[in-house]
Amino acid sequence: MAVESKTQSRSAALETATAAAGGSEPTARRTVGDVSVPNPVMTCRQVNVHYGDKHAIRDVSLDVAHNEVIAMIGPSGCGKSTLLRCLNRLNDTIPTAVVTGTITLDGQDIYERRQDVVQLRARVGMVFQKPNPFPKSVYENVAYGPRIHGLAADRTELDEIVQTSLQRAGLWDEVKDRLDQPGTALSGGQQQRLCIARTIAVGPEVILMDEPCSALDPIATARIEDLIDELRQNYAICIVTHSMQQAARVSQRTAYFHLGDLIEVGSTDMIFTNPKHRLTEGYITGRFG
Amino acid sequence: MNKPDPLRTAQEQGRIRDLVERGLRRRYRAERRFRAYGLAAAVSGLLFVGFLFLSIISTGYTAFVQSYIQIDIRFDAELIDPEGKQVEEILRMGDYSGVFKAALREKFPQVEGRRELRQLYGLISDGSAFDLRDMVLDDPRLIGQTRELWLMASDDIDQLVKGKIDRKLPEDQRVVSDLQLGWLDALTAEDRVERRFNRVFFTAGDSREPEQAGVLGAVVGSFLTLAVTLLLSFPIGVAAAIYLEEFAPANRFTDMIEVNINNLAAVPSIVFGLLGLAVFIKFFGVPRSAPLVGGLVLTLMTLPTIIIASRAAIKAVPPSIREAALGMGASQVQVVAHHVLPLAMPGMLTGAIIGMARALGESAPLLMIGMVAFIADIPGSLTDPATVLPVQVFLWADSPERAFLERTSGAIMVLLVFLLVMNAAAVILRQKFERRW
Repeated sequence: MAVESKTQSRSAALETATAAAGGSEPTARRTVGDVSVPNPVMTCRQVNVHYGDKHAIRDVSLDVAHNEVIAMIGPSGCGKSTLLRCLNRLNDTIPTAVVTGTITLDGQDIYERRQDVVQLRARVGMVFQKPNPFPKSVYENVAYGPRIHGLAADRTELDEIVQTSLQRAGLWDEVKDRLDQPGTALSGGQQQRLCIARTIAVGPEVILMDEPCSALDPIATARIEDLIDELRQNYAICIVTHSMQQAARVSQRTAYFHLGDLIEVGSTDMIFTNPKHRLTEGYITGRFG
Repeated sequence: MNKPDPLRTAQEQGRIRDLVERGLRRRYRAERRFRAYGLAAAVSGLLFVGFLFLSIISTGYTAFVQSYIQIDIRFDAELIDPEGKQVEEILRMGDYSGVFKAALREKFPQVEGRRELRQLYGLISDGSAFDLRDMVLDDPRLIGQTRELWLMASDDIDQLVKGKIDRKLPEDQRVVSDLQLGWLDALTAEDRVERRFNRVFFTAGDSREPEQAGVLGAVVGSFLTLAVTLLLSFPIGVAAAIYLEEFAPANRFTDMIEVNINNLAAVPSIVFGLLGLAVFIKFFGVPRSAPLVGGLVLTLMTLPTIIIASRAAIKAVPPSIREAALGMGASQVQVVAHHVLPLAMPGMLTGAIIGMARALGESAPLLMIGMVAFIADIPGSLTDPATVLPVQVFLWADSPERAFLERTSGAIMVLLVFLLVMNAAAVILRQKFERRW
């Protein structure tokens, strides 16, 4: 009975919170906090995404700054992964997805007709939730991107790119003796770092990470988090995570999403210590989500 | 507010345990029964296959040996080259059956009268005349000499030697006469009858005489036909599957194509034969009875199987690999060529081999396009008239001569070996392409 009443009170809290935050209004809520940053690498303005009838993201505006890690948090189905997949147009592969609004990379609209999606994805890399190395050797995994984009003039250059990428991903020392072994034979954490190495091998400007540690154990997670912190020197990183601790540890800014709305954006310290919005507060204090 | 939980009382817990225990026995019984059914099904399947193999092999293994009769042959210049010119055209025209007939008369001088002589000549296969001719053409110096040679026995004598004809039957019910029995026994007593490996069966084309008939023509015909089928159906099928899975827009037109492909897989094969006759032979003028047209018809028949299997294989490629490649900036064609195709290849090969195995065993559609004709020559090209193994089996099974019975089973065995080799090749290929992810 006690358990039951607790569940009830949690969902009730969610309902009242939702109602208080504007409830049934069809238009999007105003985002709390400043979505823009000076000199952004990517900007989103009034982005809406529909999957068929489902309105997955409503009027989201958000900037990504150079050399920052921005964490996107929120309960499942809140649209954070959808927004992430808009940033490298991976949503294009879903036939029913319709994206409106403006997303720019270095001031250039990426949904413009002239924008080549192949080039975009070389500049905006992505690391997925489940480590998904190609069923090829470690070397081939990292060399794949440079190869298809023609980044290396010869074998020595390619070797160099592979080595640098693996070094940056903190994997070189572990795999330098077995570059010809299948990438799928590595451990889960190593596979994920291999995927990161593969992504940075094509020299992207932004790296998108969709819950990169959710399939990993705490030690592997800690390694990836350290790596993310190092990678910030060279790249802008957007990370979607379900772990608030992780968001607090790795990010400089945090964006909280709720049912397709961007509720609040701010410096990570502010969001976790002094959230302005009741929904944000409810989520990070664990009352729902 | 806190009323006792009905699931918590000791009494209730005991009752639940009892219920579970009673149910357990029934559950285990059902499980054992189910396993027994499965085992029975597997065993009966195995028994049927075993029976099939046993009956085919027991009737067919004798087709691989052939009886030979040793006899002193005098290469009589009178019969072969009466004018002594030693020119090939004349040597070719020589009366070589006269040669072995004379040898038989010499062996059994007491035989007289046309009917008895005919029976005597019936000991040796007519085909021996060609063997003798080839020997003389190879070495004309044989003319005038006498050699002890092993000549092929005729089919009925061969069957008798193999014990397939019952000697105890009354003479009028038996294809071998009492006189022939006597001569054969006399030859056997002198160790002049021998069973040898039947080379002719593997090196000759079809013949009206069982002892001269071989499967090579049909094997080559099958090989050429299947080569055409594989070369056409695999690339077309895989390309169609890739287009439908990866590139085709989802609309009513593609739905219609999909439904049609699935229906095509269920069309009786003889209909494909009629289609081939109308389209390839009548309209396009492809020569009939040829492996080319046979391969085209079988391609039509195999395509749906390959397309369906290839689509399933493509669908089974994990989306994470596709996303990874797309995320790296690979174009759609690169995703397919670098990732989807290699991973789907084993499944596609399986589909291809199922289709090819069906095509190898198919005879009905080939009857429609003239591959059922009696063809004694071994096909040398895709447009030569040819037949295929299953049709050869059908033709021999239809022949009245007793010796064709074992040859039918022999041809089935060759067909099975053909199939086995093909499947083994597919398994090896599969393993080569198999990759983990």
